[in-house]
Amino acid sequence: MSIFVDENTKVIVQGLTGGQGRFHGLRNRDYGTKIVGGVTPGKGGTDVDGIPVFNSVKEAVAATGATASFVSVPPKFAAAAILEAAEGGITFIVCITEGIPAHDEAVTYNRLVEDFPGVRLLGPNCPGIISPGKCNIGITSGDIALPGGPVGIVSRSGTLTYQALHELSQQGIGQTTCVGIGGDPVPGTNFIDCLAAFEADPETKAVMMIGEIGGSEEERAADWIKANMTKPVVSYIAGVTAPPGRKMGHAGAIISGSKGTAQAKMDALAAAGVHVCLNPTEAGEKMVEIVKGL
Amino acid sequence: MDLFEYQGKQYFAQFGIPVSPGGAADTVDEAVAVAEKVGYPVVVKAQVKVGGRGKAGGIKLADNIDEVRLHAGNILGMDIKGHVVHHLWIERSSDIQKEYYASFTLDRPNKTHLGMLSAQGGVDIEEVAASNPDAIAMLSIDPVRGLDLETARRWVQEASLDEVAREQAAELLVKLYECYTKGDCDLAEINPLILTTENKVHALDAKVTLDENASYRHPEWEAFRATETEDPREKMAKEKGLNYIGLDGTVGIIANGAGLAMSTLDVVNQVGGSAANFLDIGGGANADVMAAALEVINADPKVKAIFVNIFGGITRVDEVAKGVLEALNRVTISSPIVLRLDGTNAVEGRAILASHLNERLITEPTMLDAARRAVGLANA
Repeated sequence: MSIFVDENTKVIVQGLTGGQGRFHGLRNRDYGTKIVGGVTPGKGGTDVDGIPVFNSVKEAVAATGATASFVSVPPKFAAAAILEAAEGGITFIVCITEGIPAHDEAVTYNRLVEDFPGVRLLGPNCPGIISPGKCNIGITSGDIALPGGPVGIVSRSGTLTYQALHELSQQGIGQTTCVGIGGDPVPGTNFIDCLAAFEADPETKAVMMIGEIGGSEEERAADWIKANMTKPVVSYIAGVTAPPGRKMGHAGAIISGSKGTAQAKMDALAAAGVHVCLNPTEAGEKMVEIVKGL
Repeated sequence: MDLFEYQGKQYFAQFGIPVSPGGAADTVDEAVAVAEKVGYPVVVKAQVKVGGRGKAGGIKLADNIDEVRLHAGNILGMDIKGHVVHHLWIERSSDIQKEYYASFTLDRPNKTHLGMLSAQGGVDIEEVAASNPDAIAMLSIDPVRGLDLETARRWVQEASLDEVAREQAAELLVKLYECYTKGDCDLAEINPLILTTENKVHALDAKVTLDENASYRHPEWEAFRATETEDPREKMAKEKGLNYIGLDGTVGIIANGAGLAMSTLDVVNQVGGSAANFLDIGGGANADVMAAALEVINADPKVKAIFVNIFGGITRVDEVAKGVLEALNRVTISSPIVLRLDGTNAVEGRAILASHLNERLITEPTMLDAARRAVGLANA
């Protein structure tokens, strides 16, 4: 089984007619994802390589029965696009857009919680989600993932998500689902959401969790793991050598004062029984060992 | 982007938050001109983006023109914790009756805004939080609903601000919240927020951090950017649109994605090297960006080897490879380059480089192998 998406998930792409939307939307379709439509205001009635384009999410959902949306629009328009998806009946929204103002994210997140409680947002500023062999929404290169499980991956960083997939696939270890939650300050989906879904998924036998400096999500995840998780978790936290007070690229990746350091996160995870590794390769090797012992 | 105090006060003033009359000065003569205009006594304040200015002698009271000259002359050029003072803020001195604290920031775990208000201001708020947490009235604010005056009135009462200050403080807090949200601040902090002996409430300091992601809707931020004194390497990188942080090591790092870039720093460190920088070329970087990244690294004389660590996702490895060749054509890269290329279009990318590989342009199959190779070259 997979979490959040499966082989039957019908997906529309908001921004399919743009450069990024087209490139990744078509790659997702080529992977086997049911990309059933695109949305670009003013371009309804046209198509992108055979995929019908609609003027609004509402029209697209009515015509295709889509339940998921891949939002690939510039930061200026992203918040509105996410809310349009929710209003249009989409229940799973993946937003890859990088550079959305934090205040827009905060308002959008709370709008969703208050007005659309059944809707899950993944991202923004995330690589998306891939359930190998079934569904790929976002920018992950499908060929680095291996179907069949038994490992679930959740990661705050885009490229480290690929690195984690790669490390496991190279060793012949498959994945049930790999979720990139993104490195922004207000992520729609967090570690705990994914850990809980993996814990409940019978096909997922172990979880790899990739975190980074900044915030306290890893510490919160550690508390949750300690209280609820029965499956083994392997973790890697990026940014051990990051200097305090400097934003390391991601809007959320900053050590302020004594808070948000990699060491504090690693300590919290280790105390929760997580296998904490020092680099992605070591994390991959540890997971191989765990899977072999299952 | 962090603002200087004077810029923060100017920003506050745009939202109607009362601040002391004053002006910025970059020279002694300018300082005198401001002082003469606002009237004595004045406070001459060093403008540096670091705390502890007062203790370092960067804040002085001046009663007359001679004292302004003396203090301004001493403070300009002063080194405060590694920050050299290039700017001053001169303002009319305030007679302080009480010092409070107020701030707004994002409460990341709860995904709401967090207002902090305390009747014990003027000191390090983290110390207050540690020693006497009850002295800080925390207010969780739903970003959809915002902060209204009624809520602010209850809040100032809860924080036990003096009766005479409450209504003014409540109004000021609503304006500060406006500045925080409409002004796209990551942080808007006033410490101290003062009650004067004339029973007026106003901001005596200003600490503002702006959210760079919102700069597209704030053309007025350009003026703030002009005064940013940066590491010359960081300035050059910013001009080329790169996300760069200068460090002290000898291995130049180029990676795509912040997480991978951080991880690259860690791995270089683990195999016995030290990174000269953090450089994230971002998602979807093309050949131009890659070439610019190599040029920025090349300009750092400390760099002895360059480690290019790319895992293509939205970034296509063939574009990265083209950028490397373009950079090699454009400028002489003085250090050997070790590349690790995986992900989207990696096969195409490696093919582009295949015929150009030599002892100065090397590829390695894994991140760890490439780190070891680059560190070996840098330490040779």
